[in-house]
Amino acid sequence: MHTKTLTELKAGLANGDYSSRELTEHFLARIKQYDGELNSFITVTEEQALAQADAADQAIAAGQSNLLTGLPIAHKDIFCTEGVRTSCGSKMLDTFIAPYTATVVEKMAAQGAVMLGKTNMDEFAMGSSNETSFYGAVKNPWDLERVPGGSSGGAAACLGARLAPAATGTDTGGSIRQPAALNNITGLKPTYGRVSRWGMIAFASSLDQAGPMGQSAEDCALMLQAMAGHDHRDSTSLNEKVDDYLGALKEDISGLTIGIPEEFFPDTLDGAIADNSRAAIRELEKLGAKVVSVSLPSIKLSVPAYYVIAPAEASSNLSRFDGVRFGHRCDEPQDLEDLYKRSRSEGFGDEVKRRILVGTYALSAGYYDAYYRRAQQVRRLIRDDFARAFEKVDVLMGPTAPETAFKLGAKKDDPVSMYMADVFTIGVNLAGLPALSMPTGFINGLPTGTQVIGNYFREGQILNVAHKYQQVTDWHRQLPTFGGEQ
Amino acid sequence: MSWEVVIGLEIHVQLNTTSKLFSGSKLSTGAEPNTQASLVDLGMPGTLPVVNKEAVRKAALFGLAINADICRHSVFERKNYFYPDLPKGYQTTQLDKPIVGAGVVEVQLESGEKKVVRIHHAHLEEDAGKSLHEDFHGMTGIDLNRAGTPLIEVVTEPDMSNAEEAVAFAKKLHAIVTSIGICDGDMSQGNMRFDVNVSIRKPGEPLGTRTETKNLNSFRFMERAIKLEVERQIDVLEDGGEIVQETRLYNGDTHTARSMRSKEDANDYRYFPCPDLLPVEITDADLDALKAAMPELPDARKARFMADYQLSEYDADLLSGDLATAAFFEGAAKAGNDAKLAANWVMGELAAKLNAEEKTISNSPVSADQLGQLIARLKDGTISSKIAKQVFEACWAGEGDPDAIIEAKGLKQMSDSGELEKIVDDIIANNTPQVEDYRNSDDAKKKKKIGFFVGQAMKATQGKANPQQLNQLLKDKLG
Repeated sequence: MHTKTLTELKAGLANGDYSSRELTEHFLARIKQYDGELNSFITVTEEQALAQADAADQAIAAGQSNLLTGLPIAHKDIFCTEGVRTSCGSKMLDTFIAPYTATVVEKMAAQGAVMLGKTNMDEFAMGSSNETSFYGAVKNPWDLERVPGGSSGGAAACLGARLAPAATGTDTGGSIRQPAALNNITGLKPTYGRVSRWGMIAFASSLDQAGPMGQSAEDCALMLQAMAGHDHRDSTSLNEKVDDYLGALKEDISGLTIGIPEEFFPDTLDGAIADNSRAAIRELEKLGAKVVSVSLPSIKLSVPAYYVIAPAEASSNLSRFDGVRFGHRCDEPQDLEDLYKRSRSEGFGDEVKRRILVGTYALSAGYYDAYYRRAQQVRRLIRDDFARAFEKVDVLMGPTAPETAFKLGAKKDDPVSMYMADVFTIGVNLAGLPALSMPTGFINGLPTGTQVIGNYFREGQILNVAHKYQQVTDWHRQLPTFGGEQ
Repeated sequence: MSWEVVIGLEIHVQLNTTSKLFSGSKLSTGAEPNTQASLVDLGMPGTLPVVNKEAVRKAALFGLAINADICRHSVFERKNYFYPDLPKGYQTTQLDKPIVGAGVVEVQLESGEKKVVRIHHAHLEEDAGKSLHEDFHGMTGIDLNRAGTPLIEVVTEPDMSNAEEAVAFAKKLHAIVTSIGICDGDMSQGNMRFDVNVSIRKPGEPLGTRTETKNLNSFRFMERAIKLEVERQIDVLEDGGEIVQETRLYNGDTHTARSMRSKEDANDYRYFPCPDLLPVEITDADLDALKAAMPELPDARKARFMADYQLSEYDADLLSGDLATAAFFEGAAKAGNDAKLAANWVMGELAAKLNAEEKTISNSPVSADQLGQLIARLKDGTISSKIAKQVFEACWAGEGDPDAIIEAKGLKQMSDSGELEKIVDDIIANNTPQVEDYRNSDDAKKKKKIGFFVGQAMKATQGKANPQQLNQLLKDKLG
């Protein structure tokens, strides 16, 4: 069952090939068997999952199936889930039982989804390797000595190893797309505001966006259909009609114009990475797409701009973790200052502290104009670059990440080189555009991904591009040897 | 050469919206701690703010009331600092683009002069919770019921030059916000809180270093705190010292103030636009709707009182300011059909009694209708003004409507001249020496000496004799 896509499992359930309970038990058994090594889950919610599965089976029997009825899904541990620990990968929230449920989780549950558990992640979503988690690094199922990427590393790894058929993630600077590329799965970051942020623990509010991670573009379309929509509890969620994403997959792509930003294929790029993405673009040309070269001149400034804006917002967003109302509190605080200092020093890991410090500095009196304001100006330039490109093209394509999965610990002491690897994904967040990463081949047995960026609210179109590609290739159906029989 | 005082105010006005500024929690006073605090108010991870449109409307209405520019795209910013009763670690407020821009408030001083105080701006922001230091055995309790309550902070230019002007301005602001119905105006509940910035200088010199005294919650404390601070600054400078820029706390009970923190300890609040909120859009249509619904402002009401009730400017000013007072006066004037009498009673007897018992006019034991009835009886001669005070006291004590009290106590003025004549005859018959003495006096002395007979008659009638009638009778009979 675990080699089937979510879409295939949905058909199997409808066909009575297996029950939701059987399906759920199968994946729970796989988690038990393999996750000790992979470490992709922080919490497995077995009891609840089985109860939801039984309810789903009753609904199916009664002919009352919804979009996701009976389908097991793993949620990133950044989404609040009532009655279940919501740790955000941090010691700070190790004992935090959320008193309410995030909109994303609620909407998927309303469509009948079964929650398998909460997946591992970089602490507060800060990282690109999943090594900053309080719960230990997640391993890449394609090579257990390597990182799965991050911050949605647990989601990508459990999906890559088929310990879950689908997962949710969040993407602030590439946190869905980069791990998707490194684990040979498909992941979509929707337009900023397309999916509600209510109940999603904030890292950088103006960049954070939740999205689906699946085995195929079709799976992502199915999940996005359930996740997307306006939420009156999130002022930045947009009141735009939700498209028919599965319907969009039926559209023809001949005549589609693909833009290739020259900045996404710099001379310094690993040739094999470039080759895989170019090969993917050629496949789409065969299907009738036109390819033109475009330029995004300001994109080179996206990494420095991002590493000012995101930490600045984070420094403020994380102030609420003060040991007063919830989360980690130090033992025997002597006074208020001691309570703050020790609770936060003990509760946060190094990368989170680094970003709080950077963000606090960037917002400080005397530095605000030089850093934060300047970064916002750069952000506008980047958005304008994309807008100009989309006057000429329908989608933009290039590699998702400049490298394949690196060895655990390899970049531990070099955060800047880790930040620089976000160069292809970050601009999309700064502009608020939708983008996905799809599997496009391997280098030395390690997956690579190619990114498809669309204009605002064109999730249907980029999902369709990936879907068409996946209909003529089978990279996305390749499985790692880890995870047993296939 | 004397010192010149420069005062600017920052006033926190609590808006009387149904729910909080960024959450659906009800505004509450007196609820059990933390029972009016939602997930948003608690700053729970993953929660988000949604701006309360009613608060935006009320803030914009205030802007229109002071002839200010209304910002069409005002922006909420985060003011970052750590404090246990600040759940998110930042206050959501406005800085660069406040909803209300520059405006003006005209103030009537007791001297009769008018003073214009310029408003620099007013911005929308959320209140913090409360730290409770008692009953926790060396620990601090946190009550977040107040967290997220909508406030507008009104910031004036440093246009006031003594405590009286500052108080007159504060009262006028109170009149405006209560008249337009955006604030309940109950000072004892902290509905309005004042921060006063004070500096002194010699005339013609640049502004001196200022201090800020925070959180004054009554007009009286504000006046006393300003005077105290001015005296302190004069003492410091005249002793050759220097004023330190600092925040001070005034204790109304002991009439003392102390330094809370100096400029050096000031926080760097690291303001930046709140990424969870969009700019607050206000359209022409919104403004037109607000203008159309604008309630009567204190200045317009004052003009109407002068025109419709022939009140003096001073009386009109006193009665029109506070909405509750104005409504009470108008009610009593209509019910009693005499505006002048109503004005005198509201400003005189009623005000004194309310003041003595520390009550506000909204919870006056004597209603406007009851006062009107009293005035009507006074006017139609049923009772004398002396008896009226007695009826008023009884009414205040809850003994019923004035008519019922007059009836029950038999306080009706004696207007039957036959009955009064008999009493006067008896007094003249029983006080022969005084009558003789009166009759032998000149006119000037007679005027004084008639008082004895009036007193006797009033005693005999228990004050119910009509004074004019009695006087006439006595003059006629005594000769």
